[in-house]
Amino acid sequence: MKLAVASGKGGTGKSMVAANLAYTLSQTESVTLIDCDVEEPNLHLFFPASVTTTDVTVPVPVVDETACQHCGVCEDFCQFGAMTVLSNRVLFFPELCHSCGGCTLVCPSDAIREVPKRIGTTSISTPLPHLKLISGMLDIGDPHAVPIIRAAKKLAADDPTIICDTAPGTSCPVIETLDGCDACILVTESTPFGLHDLRLAVDVAGRLGIPVGVVINRSDGKDQATLEFCMDHDLEVMMTIPFEREIAAIQSRGDLLCRVRPEWQKAFTALFIKCSALAGGD
Amino acid sequence: MKLCFTAKGATLDSLSEERFGRAPYFIIVESENGSFEAIQNPYADGAGGVGPKAAQILIAHDVKALISGQVGGNAREVLVGAGISMYTYKAGGSVKDAFDQFTKNTLARS
Repeated sequence: MKLAVASGKGGTGKSMVAANLAYTLSQTESVTLIDCDVEEPNLHLFFPASVTTTDVTVPVPVVDETACQHCGVCEDFCQFGAMTVLSNRVLFFPELCHSCGGCTLVCPSDAIREVPKRIGTTSISTPLPHLKLISGMLDIGDPHAVPIIRAAKKLAADDPTIICDTAPGTSCPVIETLDGCDACILVTESTPFGLHDLRLAVDVAGRLGIPVGVVINRSDGKDQATLEFCMDHDLEVMMTIPFEREIAAIQSRGDLLCRVRPEWQKAFTALFIKCSALAGGD
Repeated sequence: MKLCFTAKGATLDSLSEERFGRAPYFIIVESENGSFEAIQNPYADGAGGVGPKAAQILIAHDVKALISGQVGGNAREVLVGAGISMYTYKAGGSVKDAFDQFTKNTLARS
């Protein structure tokens, strides 16, 4: 099963849920945890281990100015404004390029070739005997998170149990992470912002056809609005984690709730069983 | 010489627009005789890369100077490369006012 942990709103506890779920499952079976929040990966902080790192590259065009006729065909073709053809040279903006390869194909003078450009890395480690951790990391200043996420997910290949920790929000990096997942946990908090963004995330998962269940984190017991929303949208609240100083302290020092307080493993095991049911598994 | 003013509308009385790449209209004025042409900016609501695309419109229309509020880095690089000079107008008045200021030489080059 491939499971995504998403939220809409940032800071609700996606990584906390993903890390504890992966830790708990790894006590009894093989688990692959993928940090798809490539702009700000943090799961490695909970699972320190030696890593094998690989560069992620995307193809970008290089223009041979001696062969270029400055005809402007590549500029007209590029929908992203990455190529501007002046009378005597071509300006290329790598951060606007989506690596579609179109300019190379349409150039009538064969003056454009593609070269790899590094945009970030993937790291792989085995912090626990049955836990594989894959982290994508986008280079600072690079805007293209999606190819890193794609590369990180590819490293997991067909591992039997995969948990993807997504970026916050509902934009391209989240869509790329959700793509191909069998079920999605949406972690929320009982605040107006939490509910507002939960609504957006439910909409996105619905459009992608991915079944969703909700985890309420940092619950102060006043979850009425969230519970009503979930009831109205036929969403199961699969788990509620209380707003407790001790939980926050464990998390803040980079430890895991399920390691410090093993009684929580039962709740996370139950969460996984509910996710399997969502996915139409057992 | 052709001048380009970024504007919210299609006439000389339209308010000037501070943004370049996402300006609704480019008003191109012939400084010799004051005649003008309004071009609707097809990239005003574009997702990204609108700066260079908008600059390409100015190049295609043989514009020599741009009068706008703010020009982003990518657009600036294209405009500099094409030899188009840039002047800052942020008074929020009409295109006509911006044109008057330009002719009086009171606008700063950016």
